[in-house]
Amino acid sequence: MTTTDWIFWVLDSAAVKWVALVLVFVMPVASLLTWAERRQSAMMQDRLGPNRANIGPIKMWGILHFVADAVKMIFKEDFIPEKAHKGLFILAPILSLAPVFIAFAVIPFGPTIFPNELGSVIYAANPVDTTNAINLQVFNVEWGLIFYFAILTLANYGSVLAGWASYNKWALLGGLRASSQMMSYEVAMGISLMGCFLVMGTLEPDAMVQWQTANPAHWGIVVQPLAFILFFTAAIAETKRAPFDLPEGEPEIIGYFVEYSGMRWGMFFLAEFIEIVFIAAVIATVFLGGYQVPFLEADGFHFGGWELHISHGFVVLMQVGILSAKILFLCFVQLSIRWTLPRFRPDQLMDLGWKKLLPLALFNLMLTALVLALL
Amino acid sequence: MGHHAEAPAESPDDLVVLSVSERNKKVRTVQVSRPVPEDVSFLPALAKGLGITLKHFFGNVVARKDTETIQYPEEKKAYPERNRGLHRLMLRDDDTERCVACMCCPTVCPANCITIIPAERDDKGIEKHPAIFEIDELRCVVCGFCVESCPCDAIRMDTGEHATAVEHRHESIMTKEAMMDHKSIMQPDVLAKRGSLSEAVQGGTGPKWREES
Repeated sequence: MTTTDWIFWVLDSAAVKWVALVLVFVMPVASLLTWAERRQSAMMQDRLGPNRANIGPIKMWGILHFVADAVKMIFKEDFIPEKAHKGLFILAPILSLAPVFIAFAVIPFGPTIFPNELGSVIYAANPVDTTNAINLQVFNVEWGLIFYFAILTLANYGSVLAGWASYNKWALLGGLRASSQMMSYEVAMGISLMGCFLVMGTLEPDAMVQWQTANPAHWGIVVQPLAFILFFTAAIAETKRAPFDLPEGEPEIIGYFVEYSGMRWGMFFLAEFIEIVFIAAVIATVFLGGYQVPFLEADGFHFGGWELHISHGFVVLMQVGILSAKILFLCFVQLSIRWTLPRFRPDQLMDLGWKKLLPLALFNLMLTALVLALL
Repeated sequence: MGHHAEAPAESPDDLVVLSVSERNKKVRTVQVSRPVPEDVSFLPALAKGLGITLKHFFGNVVARKDTETIQYPEEKKAYPERNRGLHRLMLRDDDTERCVACMCCPTVCPANCITIIPAERDDKGIEKHPAIFEIDELRCVVCGFCVESCPCDAIRMDTGEHATAVEHRHESIMTKEAMMDHKSIMQPDVLAKRGSLSEAVQGGTGPKWREES
């Protein structure tokens, strides 16, 4: 094993890729979302929002508010109520934050990179030098989306344990609301994705992206439009944000993290925003073609008879860039929805989940199966 | 959701009574309104709502179309012309104070915030001037009686500025020199419009006091 091989072996290891993904993309986007949400909602409501935080003359429309928030939360008193169950109390925020981070492992953030081909155009006919190839998906398994559901369900424990360990009746009730809501909507979420499984014939996100190809008419949102709406709705409910923020509504509903303060509360808060990014990543991958740039094949653009050949390095850059753009756009849509719709009542919430989303998802599944059987 | 907003107020007269119980007339079967199909899916309402919020969002991001916010320390809204703000002492054309230390204003002041210690003045026609003229802006109730009572138009409250925040109480006391330094307490445009000299004649003799005396 030469040194170069060894370096690429390290770069291709899951741990390095995952840490890089979390530190370079997920955490910055999630922390910026905490500022973007306040600023965007302000702009929607004809206010200005937080635009003051600055380091000397560096102001940048107040982007630095997320730094100020982090500093504030870190230096706040780390208070644990006397009668709270200390172990579970400490475990709960970790349990709601960690699963979302882990689930990111199944998202393919770009195509496989062939380091030796970066400067050259990869033609379909020619053999590719696959030595030291880096797969931009951290965890490539045949049951990728099952893994995502299994892991994300663990986040449920975070909110329930927070409510339970706080030794506070309102927190406990909030935890129960959170768990019932997440349980209910996970059903609709899973079944609405089943249609996509049937059509694409795989549970592996990277294979799903490959199946969707670079032609937008072949993307999940076109093939499974109903599933897209159902999954998006259920996913927003899963993030426990308005219009589904019954487990805890910032100003008026006492929720499961009422006893938390400082950075422990910050972890719940951050988990919410990371979930937004994650939901956006899943929707982008399954329904919006993942890292596929419209009409961009491995060797360049193909549009009708027109062709433009681009080297492998630029193709990778564009594909990673377009996935980031799709994710940011979906985050923007989620924030817009959050600041547009009023909150549901608990009965309306259950009604929507069990009586509307679930039957529609089942209908979509059966229709898809029927169409596939007839074709 | 639009459905709920348009639903008529529930008064007994609006109810469509389908049947009335024979045993108890108060027990009735009434028709209730169910959500109409296009409201049930929430999607049209969502599209409409997103349309409104995004219109405001982009309008405000691109051109600050509807935001009314005045970013206070940087942007200031001019006070109305008759606003009573910080005091200032009007000047004569040789940049001395118009005040003749007649003690009208500390006498009339309901808050006892004006301190004047008079001294003799060399000019024969004027006799007195304040050696010390201090106003405690924290005690001042901004009633304007001092301005009303002044026979010489020597004190005015037309600076267009309000008392600033201070860290110590003594910092809020304005000295004679501070109140005569119009350039530092007034915005340039306000100062240009209102000037430092008074045209008033009564009590003082106006700008041409030297010739007349």
